[in-house]
Amino acid sequence: MPSTFDTVANIISETCDIPRDTIKPESHAINDLGIDSLDFLDIAFAIDKAFGIKMPLEQWTQEVNDGKATTEQYFQLNNLCTRIDELVAAKGA
Amino acid sequence: MNLEHFQLIDRIVDLDLAQQTIRTEARVPTASTIFEGHFPGYPLMPGVLLIEAMAQTSGWLVIAVTKFSRMPFFAALKEAKLRSFVAPGQSLSLSAKLLHEGSGYAVTKADIRCDGKLTCNAEITFRLVEFPNAEFRASMEKMAAILEFPMGTLAHG
Repeated sequence: MPSTFDTVANIISETCDIPRDTIKPESHAINDLGIDSLDFLDIAFAIDKAFGIKMPLEQWTQEVNDGKATTEQYFQLNNLCTRIDELVAAKGA
Repeated sequence: MNLEHFQLIDRIVDLDLAQQTIRTEARVPTASTIFEGHFPGYPLMPGVLLIEAMAQTSGWLVIAVTKFSRMPFFAALKEAKLRSFVAPGQSLSLSAKLLHEGSGYAVTKADIRCDGKLTCNAEITFRLVEFPNAEFRASMEKMAAILEFPMGTLAHG
């Protein structure tokens, strides 16, 4: 079974036509990979489907806009994968 | 259908919140300035307006599913197929199904049939945002009434 990171990286690679080997756990989806908000909707759709979750993007965006969180906390891939794992765990709880 | 006011559907005929589907209908007007240019001597309903009709049908479904708490804005279009010509005066049966309601976005699959024949279809992505202001929301509620949007189903959905 692929890791959360591998699944997410494959989704990003296929959705945004980014070479898979350039996508690292420490990559920031926006700052390093240049993914814009519209492409991120496609990625979110694929991640939601792949993991059977609903990533709370509105909440995350609000927290960043309010200065309560940094974009790294949600959009650096290793952190994003941790959030996904938490959502999957919460779903099964 | 009122092309000049960008009203691309006439009536909501069915809204099923359990199945997350909607059906609407529309009749292409027999005359419009649009047909003078598209095309002279061979009037056709522009494909982009058929796509907008599918988007409006999908949009009312999203508004229903989110209980009028979010306004869907057209964000992306995939796998759009315009399978046959649509002429002035033709009646359209439109339908849409919600594929996914995400946080701040939604994805639908929509199609149009003429006389039972699949005429066009697409997958549409919307950004969902809070209504920008009270005037906008009021205009959407007014349009909902014109389209016979079943407000009562929201309370029971």
